[in-house]
Amino acid sequence: MMKKLLLLAAIALLAFALWPFVRDVGLAEPGELATAYLERGPAELGTANVVTSIVVSYRGFDTLGEVTVLFTATAGVGGLLARRKSGHGKKKAAERGATDASEILKTASRLLSPLLVLFGVYIFLHGHLTPGGGFQGGVVIATAVLIGLLADPEAGLAHGVMHVVEGLSGFAYVALGAVGLWFTGVQAGFLDPRFLPLGELGRLASAGAIPIIYSLVGLKVGAELTGILDAMKEDAE
Amino acid sequence: MSDVNIVTLIGVALLLVGFYGALSRPNVIKMIVGFAIADTGVNMIIVAVGYLPGRTAPILDSAADAAGAAARMVDPIPQALVLTAIVIGLAVTALMLSFAVRMRRSGGGMAIDSYGEQKW
Repeated sequence: MMKKLLLLAAIALLAFALWPFVRDVGLAEPGELATAYLERGPAELGTANVVTSIVVSYRGFDTLGEVTVLFTATAGVGGLLARRKSGHGKKKAAERGATDASEILKTASRLLSPLLVLFGVYIFLHGHLTPGGGFQGGVVIATAVLIGLLADPEAGLAHGVMHVVEGLSGFAYVALGAVGLWFTGVQAGFLDPRFLPLGELGRLASAGAIPIIYSLVGLKVGAELTGILDAMKEDAE
Repeated sequence: MSDVNIVTLIGVALLLVGFYGALSRPNVIKMIVGFAIADTGVNMIIVAVGYLPGRTAPILDSAADAAGAAARMVDPIPQALVLTAIVIGLAVTALMLSFAVRMRRSGGGMAIDSYGEQKW
């Protein structure tokens, strides 16, 4: 009873602390920094999507940190749900008394998986033009794998290929960032995408290296989330 | 009450519900669900902080060209922050669920109270 009262008091205190947000939020003009991003982002980097220019370039170092956090979490999931050696101690689905996926799910997954992968690739390739980007595209790719796993839990994933994709895209991301450090001239900085031509605003091949960097992020996120799904599936067996 | 922002109101409500769930439920899975709900609430609040009525998304197109961009778009920084926060939230939820699976498999129950001897 005492615990419940303390808890309710804490929640009420939190609600009181958050009340100014409810009342006053959403009326302030964008600050100086946001205005600078909105005005200079498209001109300096050639991105139509200002959010992408912040995520990939202006705050690119933060995004590198985020990718690292995601990698650490994936490694943690993989370590906690230790994978058993394939074929050893693994029971077939039928022996566990599991029923097969329905015909509808199987057919739908065969139809949808390639489309979802294509859609994910579209999202991260157009990250600098439309809403979307590497993280969103990577998650869509992981859903394609999830549908496949639901339809056929026995299907093994190509772990080797996924590890290579994840490792290489992470390495290439950092390498491209370092290239930006060397080749852009006076104002160069880490993850500066301007070592490639900026092109015309609104075209697919524009914004320097941003589409390449975001595609690498998309591949890495897709491979990592697929790894999480796979670790959880393996554990269920 | 006229100037209450409905998105932040829902966001704060979700945050409070999530924290209440995480603190009051003994079941580990329900605590994780509570954290996930609170996570969604925080994301809604952050996006709403940058919102201005009548403005477009910070993407250049026919509705807003480069010249008047800053006067016609919402603040892009909270959106960039939430973009990262959603992915991190997903990864952290997966990690918490793995802990729950591991706790269950190492013989403990799903109730957090049965781990009392690990308190310090």
